[in-house]
Amino acid sequence: MTEEIIIAGFGGQGVLSMGKILAYSGVMQNKEVSWMPSYGPEMRGGTANVTVIISDERISSPIVNAYDTAIILNQQSMDKFEKTVKPGGLLIYDPNGLTRLPERKDINIYAIEAADEAGKRGLAKIFNMIVLGGFLKLKPLVAPEYIHKGLEKSLPARHHALIPENEKAIELGKELLQAIHLVN
Amino acid sequence: MGELRLMKGNEAVAEAAIRAGCDGYFGYPITPQSEVMEYLMAEKPYERTGMVVLQAESETASINMLYGGAGTGKMVMTSSSSPGISLMQEGISYMAGAELPAVIVNITRGGPGLGTIQPSQADYFQAVKGGGHGDYKMLVLAPSSVQEMCDHVKLAFDKAFEYRTPVMILSDGAIGQMMEKVVLFDQIPRRTDEEVIKQCPWASTGRPKTRNHNIITSLDLDPAGQERVNLKLQAKYKLMEKNEVLYEEIQCEDADYLFVAFGLSARICQKALDLARAKGIKVGLFRPITLFPFPAIEVSNVGNRVKGILVVEMNAGQMIEDVKLSVGCKVKIEHYGRFGGIIPSPDEVVNALEQQIIGGKS
Amino acid sequence: MTEQFAKPEIQKPENIVYKRTDLLVDRPLSYCPGCGHGTAHRMLMEVIEEMDIQEKTIGISPVGCSVLAYDFLDIDMIGAAHGRAPALATAVKRMWPDHFVFTYQGDGDLAAIGTAETIHACNRGENITVIFINNGIYGMTGGQMAPTTLPGMRSSTSPYGRDVPTMGHPLKITELISHLPGVYYVTRQAVHTPGNVRKTKKAIRKAFELQKENKGLCFIEIVSNCNSGWKMTPVQSNKWMEDNMFPFYELGDIKVDGKLVEAAK
Repeated sequence: MTEEIIIAGFGGQGVLSMGKILAYSGVMQNKEVSWMPSYGPEMRGGTANVTVIISDERISSPIVNAYDTAIILNQQSMDKFEKTVKPGGLLIYDPNGLTRLPERKDINIYAIEAADEAGKRGLAKIFNMIVLGGFLKLKPLVAPEYIHKGLEKSLPARHHALIPENEKAIELGKELLQAIHLVN
Repeated sequence: MGELRLMKGNEAVAEAAIRAGCDGYFGYPITPQSEVMEYLMAEKPYERTGMVVLQAESETASINMLYGGAGTGKMVMTSSSSPGISLMQEGISYMAGAELPAVIVNITRGGPGLGTIQPSQADYFQAVKGGGHGDYKMLVLAPSSVQEMCDHVKLAFDKAFEYRTPVMILSDGAIGQMMEKVVLFDQIPRRTDEEVIKQCPWASTGRPKTRNHNIITSLDLDPAGQERVNLKLQAKYKLMEKNEVLYEEIQCEDADYLFVAFGLSARICQKALDLARAKGIKVGLFRPITLFPFPAIEVSNVGNRVKGILVVEMNAGQMIEDVKLSVGCKVKIEHYGRFGGIIPSPDEVVNALEQQIIGGKS
Repeated sequence: MTEQFAKPEIQKPENIVYKRTDLLVDRPLSYCPGCGHGTAHRMLMEVIEEMDIQEKTIGISPVGCSVLAYDFLDIDMIGAAHGRAPALATAVKRMWPDHFVFTYQGDGDLAAIGTAETIHACNRGENITVIFINNGIYGMTGGQMAPTTLPGMRSSTSPYGRDVPTMGHPLKITELISHLPGVYYVTRQAVHTPGNVRKTKKAIRKAFELQKENKGLCFIEIVSNCNSGWKMTPVQSNKWMEDNMFPFYELGDIKVDGKLVEAAK
């Protein structure tokens, strides 16, 4: 099994940390992982993205040009990455703030109203965990106990009290997922 | 098994330095390697092991602090990225001349000049062929994973002291910035001052009555003396060529074609190899791990068994010169490169193999 | 060398009333006759001998006339690249905090190419001693203009005299660094008369004592002559130094106990 994922959105949405938690959870479950961020002025322009690869085998290139899954959280990222999803692959997006929705017919597309729901519940800081929950429902690559360990490893000790809240957000994300277009 | 962590390449370098028993780190911020010093400062190694971490006023100062620290037999390291490493060349030349052990990490970015902050391999010539003035070499390691970023720090210190030479870890912005699983080696205690004095009888540690004064210098105004210094250095480099070559071969046994690549490019070629083999093209990958000494005999052995070689580098064609010198002219050898911070994709590498090597165009 | 300098009768131990310190290596100095470097070397080594800290001292030599200082000073030394001695000394002191560390630098080394290293080592308050020999010229390379060359003073690259509008002002680096809080003791001395030699030695001793107490950086400028570069006899050059250098580079303490000395001058 090898899963190649791009997570893309605005800086501050927790794109990089979502990728890190997912990757660290994979490490805890003894998977091979790589986490390759965009860095530099690109990020200061407001967008951030990270490529996460989780595999049972040694990972060759940490940089790929087609993804099994794209998690897309803003319009620029939709424009850039919709076309990079492999045929039959998965695209998850948050419709909040999007002006153009995905159009491809050869991939599975799901929406997740994470920003909206996080706003309503005062969970803006763990919005990214809601999105991660949606992804994990469709691709349960990592078991919940390892997600717990991944959170422990990724978050500084002073934030460990917030882990149960993060886990609740992941569960919430699983409920919020809506299928938009399915290939089969 | 050591401690398992998910770390950035830059962080792994820093953690490995602490664990290797490094005595001092001297650096100056530059993207994309600033995490090395940031990590060190956050980790308080002065509490963990007594290691000194100092932010210098420039790369010029950093490398000369390294020179000073190394001159006293201590284990010292600096890190920087291409423009900063250019600024350090004078100091590296002095250290090579004075035969001082030190580790220099280059997390390269695209050039020339201020260039870009995105990854590149365009500093191959600078690292491998000298860089500064005079006839000298450094042992150059090219890690291609975060695990190797960690392991090479320990290896670099070992070799630096074994040969009394500066050693460079030549990595790039992508490996520095990316996170991977890494198994950290256990803490090696820092040497006591007494152990340093014993291990480095040549170092300037304060003259006791029992020996003559030690002088660390690269100067010898007598040409005959300076020639002797050069001959000694050359003999040392020959010994490295004999004993220190490291490389990796992937699926070379049945290969009709060969990729030769180091560092990040080798990772990309590995994926390209999978893609090509899925298409029925039997390609192998030869990855030099030491860039100096270059695995000349080893690449020649593999290279002369195949129909064609594609050297893939994130530069305009630098290591290809060493591949050509090693393999000779019986086999077709072409270069594929992207530069200025662009990372080639595995697809374009396969395409280049088909176009330039198999298809015969160039 | 031992043959050449065979010891005559008068040098029998029982007859000796005054001698060179054993911490100076028994070999001829490479400096021109009449130059102040030799005296400065000797004062430095006398202090190290008297404090009995040879085993705990690491010196950094510069590039310039004193590039070969390590051949004359019988202590462990490291030869720095041009201007970088304070960076080396910083690391050496941080690596060996219980050792005594000094740099010995000329004006081109310390106040031109090494200005950044000088200022930042001073500003960090490194617990080192800086010995700064200021003779207003690049001696070793053949008498070119230095950052400390006086206005109107001739050198091989200012053959008609230093023209301030085009060549800039002489840099009083010692006054400049004296304002930095990391610097604890700053003084300007000379070594051309017995009285000045005694004062210089006292200043060096003080700096090393302060280093023992980790008070911060101590900086001793020694205004010296360069009879070769100035194209004068040693006697003329000392006179010229008194008449021209001292009015501009005034001798005396500049900062004591971390406080600037009364700026009445």
